[in-house]
Order: sequence, then structure tokens, then C-alpha cells
Amino acid sequence: MNIITDLKDKLSGQFPVDSFKFDYSFDNNVIWLPKDNVVPVLKHFKDNGQFDFLMCISGVDYPEREDRFEVCYELFSSKSIRRVRIKTSLKEGEKVPTAQFVWKAADWFEREVYDMFGIEFEGHPNMRRILVHQEFEGHPLRKDYPADRQQHCSTALPVHFDNPRDGSKYVEESGKDLVPLNIGPSHPATHGTLRVMVELDGEKVHRANVELGYLHRCFEKMAETHPYNQVIPYTDRLNYCSAPMNNIGYCKAVEKMLGVEIPPRAQALRIILAEMSRIIDHIVCLGASAVDLGALTGFFHLFTYREKVYSLFEKLCGARLTVSLTRIGGMAQDAPEGWFDDVLQFCKEMTVGINEIDGLLTGNKIWIQRTRGVGSISAEEAIEWGYTGPCLRAAGVNLDLRKADPYYGYDQLDFDVPIGTSGDVYDRYLVRVAEMRESVKIIEQVCKNVPGGDYTIRDKGIVLPEKKDVYGNIEGLMNHFMLVINGLRPPKGEVYDATEAANGELGFHLVSDNSGNPYRLKVRPPCFAIYQSFSEQVTGGLVADVIAILGSMNLIAGELDR
Amino acid sequence: MSEIAQPAASRSAIPSDREMVEQTRSFAFTTQIDKIVAWGRKNSLWPMPYGTACCGIEMMSVMGPKYDLARFGAEVVRFSPRQADLLIVAGTITEKMAPVITRIYEQMLEPKYVLSMGACASSGGFYRAYHVLQGVDKVIPVDVYVPGCPPTPEAVLDGVMVIQKMIEDNNPRPWRDNWEPGVYRKGLGGRK
Repeated sequence: MNIITDLKDKLSGQFPVDSFKFDYSFDNNVIWLPKDNVVPVLKHFKDNGQFDFLMCISGVDYPEREDRFEVCYELFSSKSIRRVRIKTSLKEGEKVPTAQFVWKAADWFEREVYDMFGIEFEGHPNMRRILVHQEFEGHPLRKDYPADRQQHCSTALPVHFDNPRDGSKYVEESGKDLVPLNIGPSHPATHGTLRVMVELDGEKVHRANVELGYLHRCFEKMAETHPYNQVIPYTDRLNYCSAPMNNIGYCKAVEKMLGVEIPPRAQALRIILAEMSRIIDHIVCLGASAVDLGALTGFFHLFTYREKVYSLFEKLCGARLTVSLTRIGGMAQDAPEGWFDDVLQFCKEMTVGINEIDGLLTGNKIWIQRTRGVGSISAEEAIEWGYTGPCLRAAGVNLDLRKADPYYGYDQLDFDVPIGTSGDVYDRYLVRVAEMRESVKIIEQVCKNVPGGDYTIRDKGIVLPEKKDVYGNIEGLMNHFMLVINGLRPPKGEVYDATEAANGELGFHLVSDNSGNPYRLKVRPPCFAIYQSFSEQVTGGLVADVIAILGSMNLIAGELDR
Repeated sequence: MSEIAQPAASRSAIPSDREMVEQTRSFAFTTQIDKIVAWGRKNSLWPMPYGTACCGIEMMSVMGPKYDLARFGAEVVRFSPRQADLLIVAGTITEKMAPVITRIYEQMLEPKYVLSMGACASSGGFYRAYHVLQGVDKVIPVDVYVPGCPPTPEAVLDGVMVIQKMIEDNNPRPWRDNWEPGVYRKGLGGRK
């Protein structure tokens, strides 16, 4: 939606808009401004209620330019469903004022930009590395850092709270008899590689801190060194609990840039894949967080259903977990005969499964006592931190991109968006269970009425020809050859596009320089923003609640650390 | 176990050797101490699941109801390395994680076995990147590599069976005995 003139009018009274640059490209509104204006403009937008979310901050490096770096702020309005990107450029060594005091959500995103590019944010209270290890030298996402230059880490960081810049040691608060406790990164309740450090006063958490990056496997650098279609397998491994959703989000962003629309059959296939992924993602979240709170049955029981989805994926493409089934322009292949009937059969079974898990936990006294009132968060606070997805909806905000900004014909489908009230762990659980029911509803509707036609577009500059054409006729062979050698080349420019993934808004900020590889691909992982609030949420609570809250946030290390 | 039990006291005559062997068949058998210990070890592996990434999710399936690692006597999952004898490294090990997993491995008691699950743990996989350790065998010795990205649960079960066979046969493990940590554990700086 082009709102750029509207924004210009609103800003013109208070800011020197002559020095600003307003742009509208690829359906994105962009405002360029000098770095000193960034924070006042952000504050203006927030205070006037024009934009309530700060979704993402990303950096881009152009070593050949005099103003080498760009910093981009993605703003989003949940009321009018509008987006704007604020951009500023700066020289090596220049600092940008921090936006942390406008939006709390800016905290980690700014730290990440610092870590990756070495851009400092003036006034940020904790400007230290966030993803790469503490002995790392240089900033890996700069274009002059080779993708495969590894630096070894010889020590693990000790427990720390005040975050000294070298991250070196634990400073005890004097006069208080507090016990530091380290949880993770190898701990059954930390779901992979999270590390939580708490300081206990009896059972109460006095201070808390988290350390991440234990699974930082350089997704963004890998994306810059691979052709567009080869990035798809990497996206699988972002949120590996619901891999197809990442494929879809990435492909949708590239397709937006190419200006193509995928055929209806591909859209239907993508919806079915996405909703099945949402179900299995919620299964992992519910199952694992129930295990952490002592309810082992739920985990084993729910995994039976997860296996059923895996079997369906396997039938569809041969892979269980990391399917990589989408291609830019559609799908890699069509569904085999009878697959949609199998999916419908699964929907029936899944409904039974949801009812069973509902009966097992929803009214369970122990479960309620462990979760109700734990980790409550208000709607305003959740928005402030950049919450999206089930955690935001549990806090009572009705925001689901499938409804708000529909894609792939979600607006034609009949489903509800479940909303909670208090945002506590119990509400998050309820929202997830209800969402699984809605997903089943969506899959049933789509499967009963799958559109015919092709499963991909046939643009020879975007999609590889079918194998029978490659081997059967010269034109197919040539097209294949040209596309492999030249690669897919989207026009120059940048785009931010988001989908509603299982955890919330999964955004891709893609910069293209008209070459075969993405120039920059920034992922906005939903749980990164949610996890930021963790230290604040657990402080003052009981140490046992730390585990409950951690489980309910559904942190997937793959997308958190990328 | 290798001693032959006393014949029953009520017998008056001393039985012949042949008779004695026949009698003991019902309550004793002969073996070697190594073999019986290996048999016990093999069928009661206590895994320490070190799931860091996608493979960790697939490992949950291995433990889960369909594939059920319990059939191989390895269902007692221990998150404390001191109680485990099989380290399943499931997922990418980053440079930041390397000191942690080294320490976990060192805390495990002998005899210990390491199964590297998936391409990332075995070689870095398709992450030839600045923050990814190019194989967990750079910091700890590995007994069995299971290929795949992620491997199917069947492949992991096969890997566990290979380790069981290794234990049963008391195979020498030269890759472990002659293993050298190289620069990684000595805490030297980055590779040039």
C-alpha cells in the first residue's frame, strides 16, 4: 500500500523533510533520513500511534560507497496494517543513536547489528556481542570478511549479569547472600542450546540474564554466498520444527521482488504445508514444555501425531523434517495421487489427538497451578517488546497476518484467530491448542477443494524446466543451462516481506544487486524478539517458573541464533 | 560364572564329569568375564542426548513412540554426563559450543562412546561458515558417524547397533586411543 505521500505530509510540519528521501518500491514504503533524525522520527511515529511495532533492525554493508553502512528499521502498524522502512546511512566508525528508549524491542536487534557489522549505537547500555563468541575478532557480515574464516573459541563464558563489555566475569552484588545458578546450554529444559543465568535469593530470581549464539551457524552469510534457489535448504534449518514455513516465507519474499504470483495449486499446497507445520510446531512446543513441567505423557502421545505428519511429508517429497519443497515460483513437484485424501484422514485423527491432549492438560490441576498467572504480560508491554504470534495473541492482541494481511487466499478460508487475555503461560497453551484446531479446519477446507492446474509458474528465467524437457528437447536443455549458469536474477532493490509462521511474524529483508546471489538477506525471527523480554519476565518470580516461561515462548535455537 | 557349581549334597556317589555338566546346565553356564560385561554394557547404554539443532528434533523421534530406542535398551536418557556412557551429538556444533561439549565429554565416565548424528556434527555439513566447527571430531573422538541431514531415525538406530556390536566384540578403538585434539583444545587463536 502506497502511503508515502501521507507520511510525508505528516512529517513535514516537524521535521526538515527536504533532507529526507521518500521512496516507494516493491510495495514497500521507504524513508531515507540523516542519522540524527532517526530516533526523533521513530518517537514521532510511535507517540502519534501511526506505527506500534518495531519489527526489525538490520544493517547492510556497501564497502565501495563512502557512506558504507545502512541501517534499516522496519515499522509496522497493527491497526492499519501498514509498513514503513526507515533508512539511514553512515560512514565507518560513525554511531547511530540507540532506539532502545523508544522501543524496548530495539535492544537485541541493535546488538546484533553491532555484532555483525561493527556499527555502534550510541547510548545503548549493553553494546556487546550477542551471537558470535567472545573471542571473535572482526565483524562477520561485512563484505570483506570471508565466509569460511573460522576463529576458535577456547573458553566458555562464566555466569555474568552486569554484562561487562569483555563479558568476562561474574560480579556479585555486595551485601546480599545470593546464589548464582547457570542453566544450559546443555540442560534438558533449555530446548537445544539456550543458556539462562539466574541469581537466586532463596527460590526467588533476583537477577537474570541470557546468553545466545550457541547455534549461530551463519545463515545470513551463507545466503549471501549461495544462489537464490540454493538458499532454500538453509531456510529449512531456521525453525526446524516447522521447516516448510520458512521455505514459504523466503520464497514469498523473492517472488514479491520478482513480481510474480504463483498458481492457485501451488498456493493451496503451500497453505496445506504451512498449516501442517503449524500443528507439528505447536506439538513440539506443548509436548516439550509439558515434559519440562513433569508431564511426560503428553510428549509421547503427541509425537505419535507428529510422526503422522512426517509420513505425509515423506510421501510428498521423500524428506521427513527438512522438506525444501518450495521453489521460487511455486513448488518443486506436485502431490502424489491420493495424498490429499491421506491429509484429510490425518485431519480426522488429529482432531481426536487434540481432544485428548485438551482433556489431559486443560483441566489438569497441576498443569493449571504451574502455568496460570506465570509470566503474564500486558498487551502494551508485549507490543513494546515486539511480540508476535501465539504469545502476542495470548496477551489479547488480535493480530494474525493470515487475517490482517492475507496471502495465498487465506481470506477465502473460514477460520478464527484465538485470543487470550492475560498472556500467561496457560493462555499461551490455550491459544496454541485452539490454533491447532483452526489449522485442521483450514487444511480440511483446502484439501476438499484443491484447485487444478500447474504447481509452478513456467517462466524460463525463474523456474528450471522439467527433466523430460531437459533430456528431451534442445530448448529445455538450453533453458536449464542458462538458469544454472546465470542464476535467477531479481531486479536491483530491496524488499521486506513477512508471513505468519508458527511462532509469529517471520520476516525476510532481502537486498538484491541484480546478481545471482542475494546481496543481503536478513531474517526477522519471531522468537528473537520474544526472548528479549525473558530476563525481565522472570525477575522476581520463582526459579521453577523460569522453566515454565522458557517452554511457553517456544524458542527454536535455529531461528533464534540463525 | 566360570566356576562350576557344587553338585547337590544329597547325592551319595560322586557323579562323573559328564553327569555333572548335564546337571549344571539347568542353572549355570560358562563364559568369559569380558563377554558377560560387554553383553551387559551393550544392552544398557545410557545415552546423553546432546541435541543442538534439527537433528535434536529427529532424535526425539528416535526416542518417541514409533521408533522407540528402548527396544535397544537405551531408553534411560541422562542429561547428566556423569551418568551416561553414550554421547549422541545431534546437531551443529558451533565454535561457541565447542568448549562446552568438550567439558561434557570429559565429565563422562569410562567406558564412553560417541555417536555423531548428522552431517553438521560429522563434518560441519553445508555450513562451511565462520562460526561452525567443521565436525565435532575436532574436539572429541567419535566412534560412529551417522550421515544424513538430518538422518532418518532408522539410520540412528543403525548407528546405535554398530556401537552395540563394537562393544560386544570388544573392538579396539585406535581412532580414540591415538586421537589428538590438535590446536582446538589448546586454546590457540584463529586459524589463518
